[in-house]
Amino acid sequence: MAKYKTKNLECWGKAKELRTQYYKDYQAAHDKGALRWEGGAWSFDAIPQALEGEVYGLTEEPYGASIAADPKMQVRYQEAAEGKWGCARDLCAYLRNYWGSIVLNEFAFGGEWPKADFIFQNHICCTHGKWLQVAAEIGGGDVPYFCFDVGVGPYDKIGDRQLDYVVGQLNDGIEFMEKATGRKLDDEKLIQNVKNTYDSCVYWAKICELNQAIPAPLEEKSMFSLYVLGTLQKSKKEIADFYKYELYPEVQDRVKNGIAAVGNETCRVLGDSQPPWAFLRIFRYLEEYGVVSMANLYTFALIGWWEINNEGLMVPYPTLEERGIEIKDRQQALRLLAEGELKGKLEWAQFYSARYKNDLVTKIAKQWHCDAAIIHLNRGCEGTAQHQMQIKQALQNQGLPTLTFEGNMADEREFDETRTRRMIDLFITETLGLKKITE
Amino acid sequence: MIVAGVDAGGKNVHIIIVKDGQTLAKTMAPSGINKAEAAEKLYAETLKQAGLKREDVERVVATGSSGERVEFASGVIPDAAADARGVNRILPSARTVIDVGAEEGRAIKISGAGKVLDFAINEKCAAGTGTFVDAMARALETPIEDLAALSLESTNAIPMNAQCAVFGESEVVSLIHQKTSKPDIARAVHDAIAGRVGSVARIVGLEDDIVMIGGVALNNGFVDSLRRELKLDITVPEDPDYIGALGAAAAAEAGVTEETVKATVVERDTVEEG
Repeated sequence: MAKYKTKNLECWGKAKELRTQYYKDYQAAHDKGALRWEGGAWSFDAIPQALEGEVYGLTEEPYGASIAADPKMQVRYQEAAEGKWGCARDLCAYLRNYWGSIVLNEFAFGGEWPKADFIFQNHICCTHGKWLQVAAEIGGGDVPYFCFDVGVGPYDKIGDRQLDYVVGQLNDGIEFMEKATGRKLDDEKLIQNVKNTYDSCVYWAKICELNQAIPAPLEEKSMFSLYVLGTLQKSKKEIADFYKYELYPEVQDRVKNGIAAVGNETCRVLGDSQPPWAFLRIFRYLEEYGVVSMANLYTFALIGWWEINNEGLMVPYPTLEERGIEIKDRQQALRLLAEGELKGKLEWAQFYSARYKNDLVTKIAKQWHCDAAIIHLNRGCEGTAQHQMQIKQALQNQGLPTLTFEGNMADEREFDETRTRRMIDLFITETLGLKKITE
Repeated sequence: MIVAGVDAGGKNVHIIIVKDGQTLAKTMAPSGINKAEAAEKLYAETLKQAGLKREDVERVVATGSSGERVEFASGVIPDAAADARGVNRILPSARTVIDVGAEEGRAIKISGAGKVLDFAINEKCAAGTGTFVDAMARALETPIEDLAALSLESTNAIPMNAQCAVFGESEVVSLIHQKTSKPDIARAVHDAIAGRVGSVARIVGLEDDIVMIGGVALNNGFVDSLRRELKLDITVPEDPDYIGALGAAAAAEAGVTEETVKATVVERDTVEEG
């Protein structure tokens, strides 16, 4: 008999449908006279999506991760990038998947590589600074490219000067897009897109906040699939509505009724960085011991917007309604968008120093009542893997037993599943003193 | 109570039979490709050496990377757990265990009760393991048994990269071409692995007493390099390669048996990940 009640998420099918539709739309865009743009999951998609007419985007990282979920496909794409085109194996694994897809002229969801009409990108890390510029070159070098700088500091250093700098570039980006596509930016669409972005990002944070409950209503393996919608197109109404009106109320209901993600929740675990996508079954393996991975800065803050309140707690960023803001024009929309992305997205902070990351991760461990941590030393992403050993020390100083295991989010050649399971067994049975759960 | 511990590692199988804490017999043989068969054959030999029949042994616990393949074992424990128990049995004051075997180099922080408090393992590559030493000995055309004595004759420290066994081997070849003396190359090999193992050990923190075990602990040239690397005293117990098996036997005495019952996990739908 399980310790807690549990059941599948009712809105799961909807999440799956939204994701499938996203890739179909991108692929078929030109058939219906729509525009295609490429960018990143952090690219302020509200702006290109506000061009007149139909516009569909493809974000790099989720596409790279989709390839990663299939080990055979990922190796084929990576070998194409490495062997046929000569790219180094220690580059970002998502990037190699993406470039391999272009080199092979193969779209992972079927058909040929769907070439974009323009690129709207930002410099979130060294890789993103060049990713799509090179992708455009592989594809013939004729895709108009715009990239804006967002390296203005962590959330607590964002003021008017930083916002002015980024908003100025966003205005340049609009000028670029209008010239490249011959379409005008529709201000009404932009305003709506920014409102949608706020809803997606704040409601995802509110959903994650609900995971403080014991038992946790969500486990991380499912959360990986749920946050992905926000990385695809957080400015889309259907996606914002999914978070606000479907997932959030359902998770609230689970908390109210004590419905657990894992019926035998015994030990709550904090994770870090992206997971090895082809081996998510290790998360199910943890559950055989009643160990539930249910909190992670990456999972919470990749699309979730947060703030640190006066008590030093991590809480969801306020919605526009909560602040009583009605967006009136383009400049206000751009400024609010930049503010939310730069101040609310705490995921930026880890790029600035271990101090920020340690502070946020230890806050999460405490607020979400974690008993231990299992950290994926992710060789596939230099950005999110920064400071991981410092985090281990910080968590251990907080009294949390911490396991690290090596792997790669999107290159299965760097992950040893058998060895990882042995380490998990050792950590759980010896360090945590738990046993596999009997019926 | 008579119990047995089996350490089925990447290169060798070690078996030890213990009666009321006293060793009755211990044996070792290469594990080969068929680990199960190698363990089975060696167990028969160990029983014979101890003058026992199978039914005389109350419990057998296995460990090591192939521990799951030991069919006659009634329980399996993780290798680091076996190390911790084994070291605790012979030196209760030990708090840090460094185990370098054929395919893994690991450091374990243990409690006074022989419990694993923290651990770190070398990366997924041969550098920092016994296999690296084997490969370098081959490159030097020197029997592995002679490598230790050779390195202790060295008078020069030569930096060498041990990030990868393949590159390490080519570096050894380069050093040979540069007419570097064999003792100096042997020491360079040990120093390089000691650097890797030292990094792993620092992850868990080094607390006295520090004990080194595993097959590579028999190589006093490497132990010398590791002492220099860590600038700390390291204890190497008698038969350091049998400590895993001894720990498995200790677990058998404590009553560890198979405990793998399917957990109550609700089957959930899976969406394609992104």
